[in-house]
Amino acid sequence: MILKTLISQLLSRPATNQFPTKYMPRSVTKFLTRVQAGEDKVHPPVQVPARFRGKIGYDREKCIGCQLCIRVCPAKVIEFKPETKKIRMHVARCTFCAQCVDVCPTAALSLTAEFLLADTDRGSKNLIVE
Amino acid sequence: MSERNPKDPENPVLPGVEEEREVTLGGPERGLAEVFEVPIGPIHPALKEPIRLTFRVRGERIVGVQIRTGFAHRGIEFMGMRQGRNLVQVLYLSERICGICSVSHPIAFTQAVERAAGIEVPPRAQYIRVIISELERIHSHLLWAGVAAHELGFDTLLHLTWRVREKVLDILEELSGNRINYAIPIFGGVRRDITPEQYPKVWEAIRYYRGLLEQLLDAFLRDPTVEARTRGVGVLERKEAEGLCAVGPTARASGLRKDVRQDRPYLAYSDFQVRAITPKDYGLTPVGDVYDKIVVRLLEVGQSLDIIEKALENMPEGEITSFPKIPALLAHLKKAEGEGLGWHEAPRGEVIHYVRLAAGDESLLVWKVKAPTYSNLLSWYPMFEDQEIADIPIIAACIDPCICCMDRVYIVRDGKEEAWTKEGLLRLSWEKTRRLQR
Repeated sequence: MILKTLISQLLSRPATNQFPTKYMPRSVTKFLTRVQAGEDKVHPPVQVPARFRGKIGYDREKCIGCQLCIRVCPAKVIEFKPETKKIRMHVARCTFCAQCVDVCPTAALSLTAEFLLADTDRGSKNLIVE
Repeated sequence: MSERNPKDPENPVLPGVEEEREVTLGGPERGLAEVFEVPIGPIHPALKEPIRLTFRVRGERIVGVQIRTGFAHRGIEFMGMRQGRNLVQVLYLSERICGICSVSHPIAFTQAVERAAGIEVPPRAQYIRVIISELERIHSHLLWAGVAAHELGFDTLLHLTWRVREKVLDILEELSGNRINYAIPIFGGVRRDITPEQYPKVWEAIRYYRGLLEQLLDAFLRDPTVEARTRGVGVLERKEAEGLCAVGPTARASGLRKDVRQDRPYLAYSDFQVRAITPKDYGLTPVGDVYDKIVVRLLEVGQSLDIIEKALENMPEGEITSFPKIPALLAHLKKAEGEGLGWHEAPRGEVIHYVRLAAGDESLLVWKVKAPTYSNLLSWYPMFEDQEIADIPIIAACIDPCICCMDRVYIVRDGKEEAWTKEGLLRLSWEKTRRLQR
C-alpha cells in the first residue's frame, strides 16, 4: 500500500494551490505594481462553493432602513445611520453567519465570495461596507 | 462477562508490556522511592488548551495527579443571559462554544428552546440536522485520530489521517458555506436545504470514506508501534467509567453501551436504530485503554457513514423550517414561556443545554451548558494512575478534551483557592430559585 501511494504521489501534481504566486516575491509592493502593470500575474485562489459565506455585499439603493439586520446580528457589526436611514457594516467584527442576509426583506444584503479580508487597520476601506 | 485486567502480570495478551515495565521501573535503586512533583501547564507546549496537571511521580511512574481547571472560563452562558441578546443572536454564540463540535451545541440549544417554546421541527429539517452532525462526527473523529497519532510521535499517521479528513470538510463547506461553524440549525428547522445537485457530492464522499476506512483501521489497529504505545495505557475500567459518569467514546471504549442517540433518540435518530459501539463490535474484549478508544472512534466513522447513507436514501420532502420569516420567529420566542432541555451526542459525548424562557423577554432567563469534557475530565484520575511520564500526552488526549468548552469559574480570593461545598452550592441554588420566582 505504501509503495502504491508513494508512486501515485510522485506522479501527481501537488495539491497546494500556489496562491498568489509560486514563489514569495522579494518585495510585495513591487510585485503588486507589476501585477497592475500587467507584467506579472496572480495565481487565482481555489474556487469557493456557491454557498460560501464571505464578505457581506450591500446594495444601498434597495435598503429601506428597517433595521431587522441589526436585530439579528450576533456580533453587533451593523450600525444604523438615522440621517440617511442606511446602514454601515464593520466587517472586522463580522462572524459570517449570514443571518442578516437571510432576514433582509428586500435582498439588499448579499453573500459574496470575497475572503481576503486581512488588514492591519480595523477601519480600513476594505473593512467598511456602506 | 469476563473482563481481562491489563495490570495483571499473568495476562497472556500483554506479556511484553508488563515485562518491559518491570525492567525499567523495578529494582530498589536509590532515588526511586522519592516522590517528585511535576507541574504541567497551564501554559505548556504539549497542551493545546490551558489546564494545570500536577503529577506526583516516583521515578518514571505516576503515583498521583491533581487537575486544576479554570484558566479559560469565557462566561458564554452569562453573555447569553445578561447582555440583552435575543435568542437568534445567542444561537450563534452557542455555536462558538466549541470550534470542533460547532453543530453539536446549536443542535442541543435549538432543541432546548424548541421544547420550551413548543416549536415543531419539520422531518426534512431533522434529517438535515442529522446529516450535518454525522458529517461533523466524521471530521472530529478523524481529527482526534490524527492528534492521537501525533501524541504518539507517529506523525506520518497524523498527515495521512488529516489528508483524508479534508474531504469531509469540503462537503461541509459545500452544504453549509463554511468549513467550521456551519450555522445550519435555527429554531424550528435548518437554514440551508440539501439541493438535488449536492446529493452526488455527498454520495461521492461516502464512497471515498468507505474505501479508506479499512485502510485507516489497518494503519491504526494493525500497526505494532501504535499497539505497543496504546495497549494497556490509560486504562479506564468499566466500573470506574460507570462510577465517574464518563460519556461518549471514553465510556464506550470501556465496554459501556452508552450513547444518547441509542438511549434517548432525538430528532430523526429513532429512524436509524443507532446502537452504541464498543470494542466488542470489532471482536475485542473491552479493556478501556487508549487502543480501545481508537477502535471505538474509527468504528464510529463507519457508523456515521451508515447513518448518512440511510438519511440520504429516506430523506422526506417538505419544508425545512416551520418559521421561514425570522421576525415571526422572534415574536413567537418573545411570547414563549417555560423551560426546556436539549441533548445531543456530540463527537466527544453527551452535551446538554438547559434553557428557561420568560414571556415578554427576548433574551434567555437561564442558560446552562454541560459540555462532554465536563463529565470525562474526572476519568483522567484512574487513567493516569500508575502510568509512565512518557504516556502523559496520549492519555491526556485520549478523552479528546475540550477545556474551553467546559471551563468553569475558579475562585481565588486573597491568593487562596476557594472551593464550594455541597451545602454552599445548595444555598446558592435556593437563593437563585427565590430570585427567579420573585
